Order: sequence, then structure tokens, then C-alpha cells
Amino acid sequence: MTATTPAPTVDALAADPAPRRRGRGSTGRRSPLLTVLVLLTLPYFLLPLFWLVVASTKDNADLFTSFGLWFADFNLLNNLQDVFTAQGGVFWSWIGNTVLYAGVAGVGAAFLATAAGYAFAKYSFPAGTAMFSVVLGAIMVPTTALAIPTYLLFAEVDLTNTRWAVILPSLVSPFGVYLMRVYAADAVPSELMEAARVDGAGELRIFFTVALRLLAPGFITVLLFQLVATWNNYFLPLIMLSTPSKFPLTVGLAQWQSTAAGGSGAQALFSSVITGSLVSVVPLVIAFLYLQKYWQAGLATGGVKG
Amino acid sequence: MSAPTTARPAGGASAPGRAGPRRGPSPSVRRQRRAAYLLVAPFMLVFAAMLVVPLVYAAYLSLFREQLVGGNSFVGLENYARALGDAAFGSGVVRVTLFLVIQVPIMLGLALLFALALDSGRLYAQRFVRLSIFLPYAVPSVVATLMWGYLYGPDFGPFTQVAEMVGLPAPPFLSSGWMLGSLMNILTWEFIGYNMIIMYAALRAVPADLYEAARMDGAGEFRIAWSIKIPAIRSAILLTVIFSVIGSYQLFNEPNLLQTVAPNVIDSAYTPNLYAYNLAFTSQDLNYSAAVAFLLAAGIAVVSYVVQLTSQRRARS
Repeated sequence: MTATTPAPTVDALAADPAPRRRGRGSTGRRSPLLTVLVLLTLPYFLLPLFWLVVASTKDNADLFTSFGLWFADFNLLNNLQDVFTAQGGVFWSWIGNTVLYAGVAGVGAAFLATAAGYAFAKYSFPAGTAMFSVVLGAIMVPTTALAIPTYLLFAEVDLTNTRWAVILPSLVSPFGVYLMRVYAADAVPSELMEAARVDGAGELRIFFTVALRLLAPGFITVLLFQLVATWNNYFLPLIMLSTPSKFPLTVGLAQWQSTAAGGSGAQALFSSVITGSLVSVVPLVIAFLYLQKYWQAGLATGGVKG
Repeated sequence: MSAPTTARPAGGASAPGRAGPRRGPSPSVRRQRRAAYLLVAPFMLVFAAMLVVPLVYAAYLSLFREQLVGGNSFVGLENYARALGDAAFGSGVVRVTLFLVIQVPIMLGLALLFALALDSGRLYAQRFVRLSIFLPYAVPSVVATLMWGYLYGPDFGPFTQVAEMVGLPAPPFLSSGWMLGSLMNILTWEFIGYNMIIMYAALRAVPADLYEAARMDGAGEFRIAWSIKIPAIRSAILLTVIFSVIGSYQLFNEPNLLQTVAPNVIDSAYTPNLYAYNLAFTSQDLNYSAAVAFLLAAGIAVVSYVVQLTSQRRARS
């Protein structure tokens, strides 16, 4: 940003709404003791994942005969081949479904929450407070307890066992609206909106061209959390879907696991369940790593005030 | 919490020489209201269809009973009376309450400790630590439960293998006495990182001047953490408490999946949600299942509300 620009511009105002107040650390002194104490706890978080990686390289026999936390014969490629060819390659459909469900629900929920949260924060309108209170109260309604009533309702209108049955309920994120309301209150200066109005921009134009850009970290936070919630959702698709080709990864893997545990023949193997599990974990881990600076900025301002 | 405001007239610097337009039910205000409704409408429509209508429908269904002869008949609150006197439902509720009372303080206490350690800025490998603790949250609960199910395994699980190596009996993770603890461990593993991140984000937003002042007065790091940092992020901690209450009462995935490896330990009513599920899809008793689900949702809302109220009252006194 150069000093020649006379008036505050979108870019200047878009700077991190919660400027970092300090550098690394309050005193700057690092503590080896504290570091060691914390590092000692990390195996608890990482060992199960290490086990998953190790186990995916073993064939079904080694899985039960070799030491669980170290490698035996390397069979990862065979396992992957088994995973992707089992039952006519249904695993591909599960991946596609999961991406579809989580992607549509994530983007949709984030967009709905952003528009609503922005409106609640930046406009006063007669029904606003009442509507926001209802939404706030809905944060306390558990999604799982809601799933059975939703199933019953969808059964009435013949929506069960369709992809909509998984996507539609996942579009609603009351917590996302709360987060975006708090976030928008800080991130979009009212002066900027007024300036845009003076320049003749309509309200919706202000939202789409000015506010949306400022709301991006909040948007990505809601997107990511709804993405994870839908990606990891098990109960809703378990209830709604009965055709395996519509399953997401979670329901598919659980079904493989129960046939493998049932031991009813060569249908599904433990090694396939484990390798499939590893495959289903990787994309989310990458998404979190890649987007972390955005979602952390979004949480820092949005998640915690109020 | 900032109250919703209509835009104020632009300040002098950005629009010099321009007086703010006069308010009133002016066309501009009407335009703004219309825009507000337009922006809120898509969410509120989906919200009503996916949240309000199903709850109302469940409440409606729960007032009926399917009869072998004569179809559906209105029975009033009979299903609720049945649920309240249902020993299977009751034991599930007691079980998840026990779960809540033991697991949530451990999980949130650890999350808070990690968040404070990270916020102190005294760690080496800060980023690595933060991501390692957060990583389990990115693992679907289905996969987490499968993993821990194998790790717990009484025949070939690593814990069993290690126990055998040193000549000890295998720990019976999946026995009826240990199962609840084993489930608590899975949930703790999954959600410490998530809660830590919420608390950590809140800590980062606390103004640093507060610490400087306290340090000047001779407060140590522990004193600062206890007397300044923790009170400063009360609302974030409260948020994690409420999410955890909701999470505990709606436990389903983990017990449902461990049922395949320990069918004799986890019965069909192990948690209230498992019960509602089995009522609807195994016993085909949709009306009673609706009553149980609705009762559960209402109960959770009440409990979270009470948690919130009591914490607010404590803050005021």
C-alpha cells in the first residue's frame, strides 16, 4: 500500500481485523522444560495415526501376527488396489459422494451463514433480534437428535435415500451464523458501507463486492468446520441412505468393518478397512494444513466474543 | 457484543464536506431493511425447513401411537410418560451423564492447559505441537473408533502385545467394566485439539497490556494465567462446555461402531441416541422414537441453557 492513496480503500480496511498484539511470546523466553512436558504428551495424539499408517502397509495376515506399531512386509500398494477394486470399485463412489456432500454443504452453509450473519450485524430491522435469538437457541439443538425427526419428515416427502437427504440438513449451521455475526461486526466498518452508498452502490452490491471480501476469513472458518462436520458425518447418512452407491466414506467403511468383523467370508478384509480409513483421512488433513492461517484468523475474532 | 447498527454518516475524512443524510423512515432505511431481509431469507428458509419443521413434526408424531388395528391413534403425552418410566432410556441417560461429568472436565482441562502453554509463547516447535494436538479432529469419528477398536483389541492389539511382552494380563478395554472409560478416551482423543484451538484463539485476542500491568505488580506466569487469562476467555470456555454437553448427550457413532466388536457389552439402549435409532429402525416404533428424540433434544437445550445461566450468574456476583 503506497501513501499516495488519499482515502481509505478496501485493501487498507481489509487488513487483519484483529491485529496481532505481540510477537511470539509474552516475555520471549522459551522454556525447555515446558517444551519437554508438552512433547511427552504428543505420542497420545500421534501414535494412533502412526498405527494407521503402519497398519495400512500390512496384508490381512500380518495385521494380526506382526507387532502393531512397526512395519512388516510392505503391502500398501496391494491394499490400495484391493480398496479401490472391492465390490466393483464402490470406494470411488464413496469418495465422490463424500466430496460432493461435504463440498456442497460446506460452501452452501458458509454462504448462507455469511449473508445472514452480515445482515444481523450490520442492519437493524424489526424482526432481526427475534430471529437471531431463535438461531442462537438452535445451537443447542443436537444435530443427532434432529436426524430422526428429519428422517421421518423426509420419508413423508420421498426424500429418503436421495443425495438431497444428506445435503439439505447440512446446509444449516446456526453456529456459523453466530460466528459470522460477531465477525462481521468488526470486519466490515460501517463507514465503508456508507462511503459505498454515497458512491451510489446498492445494498446487495455492497455485500457482494465490498463486504464479502472482508468476510473471507470468517467464511473460510465456517466453510472448513461445516466441511469437516459433513465429511465426518455418520449418523445422518446412515439413517437416510440405503443404496451403497450413495454412501459417503464413513457409512461405507463402517459397513465394511461390520462385514469384516462378522467374518462372513471374503467380502471385506480388515486390511481394506484400515487402508480405506487412511485414504479418507488424508484430504481433510491436507485441507486443514493448507487453510490454517485463514481459519485461525476467523476463529480468533469470531469464535470467542459475545 | 456490539448492537446491530445502521450505518452512520461517513466521517469527515472519507467524505469531506458532506453532511449525513437525515434519518427517518426514509427511502434509504427502507432499502436497507429490504436488503437485510433478502440476505437473511435464504438461511432462515433452510433453517425453518431443516430445523423447525422436523422438530414440530417429531413433536406431532410423538403424540400418536401405531395400532395393529385401526392405524394411528392420538394418545396425548403417553409416549412421554412411557419414556420417563422406561428403564432402558433412563439407564442410557444416566450413562451419558456419568460420561459428561467425568470426561468433559478432563478433556476441557487438558485443552485449557495446552492452550495456555501455547499462548505463553515459551514452547519450541510451537506450530508442530499445535497441529499435532489438533490433527485428531480432522479424523472422522468413524475412523477414530475403528482405529481405537483395533488398538484396544484383546487378541492382537498393540496394548495386548506390549502387556504380553512384559508378562502382564491384557487390559480388558472392551469389557463391560472398562467400556465407558474406553469410549471416554476416544472422545477425549478426538476433541482435545478442537477445544484447545477455540481457547487458544480466544487467548490470542486478549489485550497484552493487561499482562504488562500484572507483571509490573509482580505477578508470575501462573498467577497471570489463573487471574487474567482464564477469566478473560470465560465466554470461549463456556462455548466449549456447551458444545461438550451437547456432544455427550448425543453420543452415537462411537458406541454404535464398537457394538460390532463388543455386542454383549453395548446393548441397543447404551446411549439415548442409540436407543432412539434402534427404536425407529429395528423396532419400527417411529412414534415412540420421535418422543425419545424430541425429549432428548429438549433435555439438552434445557441443560445447556442452565449451564449458561448459572455461569452468567456466577460472573455477576
